[in-house]
Amino acid sequence: MASFTPTIPAPHPTTSRGKRGDLPPGAGGGDGGRPDPGSPDYGARLRRARLGLAVALTPIMMLFVAFTSAYIVRQGLPTFDPNTNTVVHDWIPVRLPTLLFLVNTCVLLLSSVTIERARRQLRRQVALEPVQSIPGVSLGTERKFPWLALTIVLGLCFLAGQWLAWSDLAARGFYVATGPSSSFVYLLTGAHAVHLLGGILALLAAGVSVVLNRPLASRRIVVDITAWYWHFMALLWIYILALLEFAR
Amino acid sequence: MGLVLLCVIWLITFASTYFFIAKTWWFPHGASASTAALDHQFAVTFILMGVIFVAAQLALGYFVWKYRDQPSAARADYSHGHLGLEIVWTTLTAILFIGLNLMGSPIWAAERFRPAVDDATRVEVTAMQFAWYFRYPGPDGKFGIAKPELEDPSAGGEAALGLDPADPASKDDVVTGIMEVPVGREVEVILRAHDVIHSFFIPAMRFKQDAVPGLAIHMHFTPTETGDFEIACAELCGLGHYKMHGMLKVVSQDEFDKWLAAREAEKQ
Amino acid sequence: MVAQESHQHSAPQGFIRKYVFSLDHKVIGLQYYFLALTAVFVGMFLSLLMRIHLIWPTAILPLVGEIKPETYLALVTMHGTIMVFFVLTTAPQGGFGNYFLPIQIGAPDMAFPVLNMLSFWTTFVAYVVMLSAFFVVGGAPLHGWTGYAPLSALQSAGPGQGLGADLWITSIALFCIASLMGALNFITTTLDMRARGMSMMRMPLTCWSWFITAILGLLAFGVLLSAGILLLMDRNIGTSFFLPLGTINGQLTGHKGGSPLLWQHLFWFFGHPEVYIAILPGMGVASQVLSTFSRKPIFGYKAMVYAMLAIGLLGFMVWGHHMFMSGMSPYTAFAFSIMTMAIGVPSAIKTFNWLGTLHKARIRFQSPMLFAIGFVSLFVSGGLSGPFLAQPALDIPLHDTAFVPGHFHLIMGVAAIFGIFAATYYWFPKMFGRMMNEKLARIHFFLTLIGTYSVFMPMHYLGLAGQPRRYSQLTELAYLHPLIGLNTFMTYAAIITVAAQLIFLCNLVWSMFKGPKASDNPWEATTLEWTTATPPPHDNFGGRTPVVNHGPYEYSVPGAPRDYVMQSDPATVAAAH
Repeated sequence: MASFTPTIPAPHPTTSRGKRGDLPPGAGGGDGGRPDPGSPDYGARLRRARLGLAVALTPIMMLFVAFTSAYIVRQGLPTFDPNTNTVVHDWIPVRLPTLLFLVNTCVLLLSSVTIERARRQLRRQVALEPVQSIPGVSLGTERKFPWLALTIVLGLCFLAGQWLAWSDLAARGFYVATGPSSSFVYLLTGAHAVHLLGGILALLAAGVSVVLNRPLASRRIVVDITAWYWHFMALLWIYILALLEFAR
Repeated sequence: MGLVLLCVIWLITFASTYFFIAKTWWFPHGASASTAALDHQFAVTFILMGVIFVAAQLALGYFVWKYRDQPSAARADYSHGHLGLEIVWTTLTAILFIGLNLMGSPIWAAERFRPAVDDATRVEVTAMQFAWYFRYPGPDGKFGIAKPELEDPSAGGEAALGLDPADPASKDDVVTGIMEVPVGREVEVILRAHDVIHSFFIPAMRFKQDAVPGLAIHMHFTPTETGDFEIACAELCGLGHYKMHGMLKVVSQDEFDKWLAAREAEKQ
Repeated sequence: MVAQESHQHSAPQGFIRKYVFSLDHKVIGLQYYFLALTAVFVGMFLSLLMRIHLIWPTAILPLVGEIKPETYLALVTMHGTIMVFFVLTTAPQGGFGNYFLPIQIGAPDMAFPVLNMLSFWTTFVAYVVMLSAFFVVGGAPLHGWTGYAPLSALQSAGPGQGLGADLWITSIALFCIASLMGALNFITTTLDMRARGMSMMRMPLTCWSWFITAILGLLAFGVLLSAGILLLMDRNIGTSFFLPLGTINGQLTGHKGGSPLLWQHLFWFFGHPEVYIAILPGMGVASQVLSTFSRKPIFGYKAMVYAMLAIGLLGFMVWGHHMFMSGMSPYTAFAFSIMTMAIGVPSAIKTFNWLGTLHKARIRFQSPMLFAIGFVSLFVSGGLSGPFLAQPALDIPLHDTAFVPGHFHLIMGVAAIFGIFAATYYWFPKMFGRMMNEKLARIHFFLTLIGTYSVFMPMHYLGLAGQPRRYSQLTELAYLHPLIGLNTFMTYAAIITVAAQLIFLCNLVWSMFKGPKASDNPWEATTLEWTTATPPPHDNFGGRTPVVNHGPYEYSVPGAPRDYVMQSDPATVAAAH
C-alpha cells in the first residue's frame, strides 16, 4: 500500500536525536523514539548517510592536509651540502602541463554539473513515485536523460586526461623520483585520482542497482552521497591545482 | 578487601618512594657546567611530583578502606560534584604545572638558545652504523670537505669520514675514535650522521642530541671535571645500536694541547 | 514500506552470516575483542623473550633458538606495534565500544552495519599481514614501532628492513583504513541514533570516551596513512621525502634532500593522539565502574566530559614533545612543552574526580571495581612521570632511556589494560549470560597489580641511571653493568605476571561455557545495557525503544525505592536529572 510522503519529514525540533522534551507517542518521522524501531524512514536514512559522508570527508581532508604540509615543508627545507660544508635549498619547480590540467578541470567541473543533474533527477523521481503509482494518474513519460552515465563517462575522461598529463611530464623527463617537486606532483594528483576512481565505482554501483531494480529510495541515497562526494573531489582538485601552480 | 587494597597500594607506594629517596639507582655524577641547574630543576620537579604521588595513592588506599560497604555504613553521599572544588584544584594544578615548566625554561634556553662561544673547543662528531668518529679542525681552524661518495667505513679514520684529499683544509684535520677535550672550556660539537639517526648521549655531561643525516647540528657543553666518561648511542640505529659506544676524555688544558699537537704533527 | 536496508536487518540465519560476516555490532564487538585477546598474548610472549634475552643474552631458547641483536629489535618493533594497534586501539574501542555504544544510547545497531563488518575484517587482514612479517626472508623489521626514517626507509639498513618492513607499513595502512571506517560509524551513531531523552549530557561517560576517541582517530589516522604512503614511496620507487644525501654500509643511497624530521612530525602528529585513543576508553570505563560500585554518581560529570574534550583537543598540539632531542628548533620545543604541561591539567581533574567519587561512597569490591581502583593507582603513577619528560631540559638526560617506557607502560601497558580487564569483568555477564569466577579474578588482580608495578616502576630508576632504550644487551657499556641486577628482578617479575594472565584466560574461557548464569542486572547498575535481556537480543531491546528519563549515574538518590535509578525508569522515580 502506497503512502504519500510529500517531502523528507522535518524532524520535530524538540525531540529529534534524543533531545529531551515531550513528544506525543508515534508522532514525527524522525529517528529514535518512534514506537516502531524496525523501519527508519527514508528521510532519516538520507540524513544519516549525509552525516556519515561529512564525517568520512574529514580524514580525506586530513590526508591532503598532511601531504600539503609535507609539500610546503619540503619546498623550504635546507639541506646540508657536504661539498661546500654549507646549507643549500634544492627545490626546483616543475613545469606543469597546465593546459592539460585546465582541460581536465573543465571536464571535472562539467561532470559535477551532470552528477548534480542526476542527483536532482532522482530526487524528483523519489518524490513523484507515490503519485505515479496511483492508478490512472500519469505525468507523461518523463524522459530519463542518462545524467549518471554521462558523469561516469566524464569521470573516466578526467582520469584519462590525468594519464595524459603524467605522460607529458614523463616525456619531459619528470618521473616520480626525479626530484622532490615532481614527486609531489605525482603524489597529489595520483592520490586525488585514486579517490575519484572510488567515486566512479560508487556511480557504477548506483548504475548497476538500476539494472537490478533496487528500491528507488536506496538508489537515491547512493547517488545523493556520491554526488556530494563528487563535488568535494572537484573542489579538492581545484585546491591541488592551485597549490601546484601558485605555491611553487 | 578494603583493608587489603589499602595495604597493597600503600606498600607499593612506600616501596617505590623508598628507592627514589634512597637514590639506589640514580643519575651518574654530573661533571658539566649545566649539571647544577639541571639537577636542581629535577629535584624540584621530583619533590613536587613525589608529594602528589604519595598523597594521591595514600588517599586512594584510605578511601577504598574507609568507605567500604558494610552494614553499619551510611548511605552513599548523593553528590554530583562541587563546582568550587573543581575550580580550585584545576587552577592550582595549572599554576603548578605551568609554573614548573617556566621555572625550568632558563636552563633550556642556556643550553640551546645561544650558539657556542667563539673560543670553544670545536669537535665534529660523526655517527655511523655503528661507531663514533671525532674530527678536530687542525691548525687552519677549518673543517675540510667530507663527501659521502668517498666514505669507506672499513678503512677507519679519515676514509670512514670520506675526507676529500683534494681539499687543502682537510689535510690537517685530526680524526680520532676517542673524544678528548680540555676541562673548564666550552666544547662546541657539530653533530653529523652518515646513514640513519643516531644520538650522542653523555650521561655525565647531562648532554644528549640526535645526530641526523642531512643536518649539521651545533651544540655545546662545558665539562668541569677531568675523567673518562662513556658515550652511548641513544637513538635506535640498527642491530649494533647497543654496542655503539664511545669515550669522552676530559683532561687539563696542557695535556689537551700536548695531545692535539702530537696528533697534528702526525698529519704533516 | 519497510525497506530491508543496510542498517536495519533482521536476525541472520546460517553460521557464516551469524558468526563470520555478521552485521550485528555485538558479534563484531566480540570479534574485535577476541582478535585483541590473541594479539595481547602474542605481544606478551614477544616481550617475555625480550626480557629473557636482556638478562641471558647468549641463551639458546627452546623453539626460538638464539636471539640475535636484530631479532631482539624485531621483537621490540613487533611487540610495540601489535600492542599499540591490535590490542589498545582494538579491544577498548572496536571491542567494547562496538558492543556497548549502541545499547548504551538506546539504538538497535550501529549506523552502518556493513561498514562495521568491513572494518573488522580489514583489521583482521591487517593483523595477518603484520604477523606475516615474521615469516618472510629477513624477518620482521627492526626499526621500532615508531619507524624513524632513514632506518625504516632504507632497505639495506639492517635485517628485516626489506620485505618485512614493507609488510609492516602495509599492515598499518590497512589498519588506518579500518580504524577510519570504525570512527565513521561511532561518530554517526552517537550523533544520530540516540534514543529519546538521551541527550549528549545524559550519555554514560563510556559513550563520551568512545565518541571522543573516534574523533581523535578520524583526524589522526589519515595523517599516519599519508606518512606510510610517503615511506613506501621512499623505500620502493626512489623518492626522497624522508631521505637526505647519505650512505648506508659505505654505499651512496641514491637519495637526497629529504628530511628525517618530516617523518617524525607526521608520525607523532598521529602518534600522540593515538596514545589518548588508547587511554580514553579506559577512563570512560573507570568512571562507569567506579560510580556503579561506589553506589554514587560520578563526581563532576560535566567536568569529566570537558576534561576528556580538553585532552582530545590538546592532544593534537603536543606532538613535538617526542622530538625535543631531534634537532627541531628549541623555540618550537618550548612551545610544545607548555602545551604538554597544560594537558596534565585535565588528566589531574579526572583523577581528583575519581577520588571524589570514592569519597563518602559505599564501595563494593567485586572484580570490575578492583581493576577500576587499580586503574586509578596506575594512572597516577604513570601520569606523574610525564611532567619530567615534558620539560625539555629534563628530557635531555631522560629521553630515550628506560624512563620513557616506564612512563608509557604504566599508563598504556598497564592502566589501559586494567581498563580492558575492568570492562571485561563488568560486561562479561551481559555479553555471555554467565558470571566469571570471583576468586580467580581476585588472584588475577593482585598478581597483576603487584607484578606490573614490579616490572615497570623500576624502569624509572633505570632511566635515571642512564640505561638507553632498545639495547639488546647491557654488556657493552661499563656504566650499565650495575643495572643488570635490577633488570634481572624485572625479568622474573615479568615471567610471573605473564603467567598470571593465564588465570584470566582460563577464567574467561571456562566461565563462557560453565559459569553460573547471570541475571539481567547483576551489578545493580543504571545504564541502558542493564535494562535489556542477558545476552541482549538481536535488535538490543526486543522490539521496544527505550525512553530515557534520568542521567547515567543516579545512585543512592534520596527518596528513591532502591539505591539505583535506571536511565529508563519512569520520570516520577526520584528527581529527574
